[in-house]
Amino acid sequence: MLTDGLVKNNPVFVLVLGMCPTLATTSSAINGLEMGVATMFVLILSNIVISLLAPAVPDKVHIPVYIVVIATFVTVLQLLMQAFVPSVYETLGLFIPLIVVNCIVLGRAEAFAGKHNALESALDGVGIGLGFTLALTVIGLVREVLGSGSAFGFKFIPGDGILAFVMAPGAFLVLGYLMVLFNKFVKKQ
Amino acid sequence: MEYLLIIVSAIFVNNIVLAQFLGICPFLGVSNKLSTATGMSGAVCFVITLATVVTYLLNNYVLVPLGLGFLQTIAFILVIAALVQMVEIVLKKISPSLYQALGIFLPLITTNCAVLGVAITVVSKEFSFGGAAHMLNLAEAVVYALATSIGYGLAMILFAGLREHLSGNSIPKPFKGLPIALITASIMAMAFLGFSGIV
Repeated sequence: MLTDGLVKNNPVFVLVLGMCPTLATTSSAINGLEMGVATMFVLILSNIVISLLAPAVPDKVHIPVYIVVIATFVTVLQLLMQAFVPSVYETLGLFIPLIVVNCIVLGRAEAFAGKHNALESALDGVGIGLGFTLALTVIGLVREVLGSGSAFGFKFIPGDGILAFVMAPGAFLVLGYLMVLFNKFVKKQ
Repeated sequence: MEYLLIIVSAIFVNNIVLAQFLGICPFLGVSNKLSTATGMSGAVCFVITLATVVTYLLNNYVLVPLGLGFLQTIAFILVIAALVQMVEIVLKKISPSLYQALGIFLPLITTNCAVLGVAITVVSKEFSFGGAAHMLNLAEAVVYALATSIGYGLAMILFAGLREHLSGNSIPKPFKGLPIALITASIMAMAFLGFSGIV
């Protein structure tokens, strides 16, 4: 269940969910990693709580209830980040409150946590969260190497990189080509 | 003049999809056909503008005076969810064919980050259109929301047109579907970069 989310059900390359933070916060490997971990935090906790709540929630209102649970944990995350890592909170900016509308979180709540017990849901959260973090870090790393000649902040190619890769077009391009490679070598199309 | 700057900036320079990466899911998901893309853009445009007005008033006249600023995220998403539900009911009555076409994406406008993104941006970010940096007032916020959603529609409809043409071509198998769409979006984003600097 843990390894499922990494490759076979990778949220970015296979399920194609959560595209906004994937594109917006991957201008460097570190940023991608931080965004992935922040999302994983919300995903694990909301999965656990939703799996416990689900049997008691009437079917008609389950989506609003799930959204409130997710929004609560996002608020907790916002307050924690403002208190302990304000610089990271500043960098990721708008995309931290926007975890509320990240389709991965609501998607897992609906597809998995609502039908499984707390332990399984927690593990699913860890697996999918790691898959998301891995994907964001890889995209961030590629963009950082090409765009500014460094990896995780360590500069190893002197001079300027290809600036476009750090800017908006590079995000679409790198994700597009990584998806091609994934289709070719992992899914063997 | 200031309103003109807001409009040009929000539609072209800081295009919500191609420069700010908001609302990517429907941008990739319903852009296969031009007609669906147009319908979706219309629905999003309506919801973004309406939601921005309601959340702006809620934030400045309820949450901030009561010192409940930390509830912003929860309150905003609930307001947006309720609004989308309302639009869905109205659309079902007025235009069943459009309702059919938009299918599952209509309830998904709730989780379209463009809506929540714009709502949060207008109450938390300082803008400096042709002058000192300041928080937007209600009229400016409405213009900003409307212009941003027009920018969304523009990107979406252009992209849908390109994808309709792409679908007739023979594309290598690993590129089929999303990868080629993302590469197309990248070239569009590059074109929109050309607007940077005009405001």
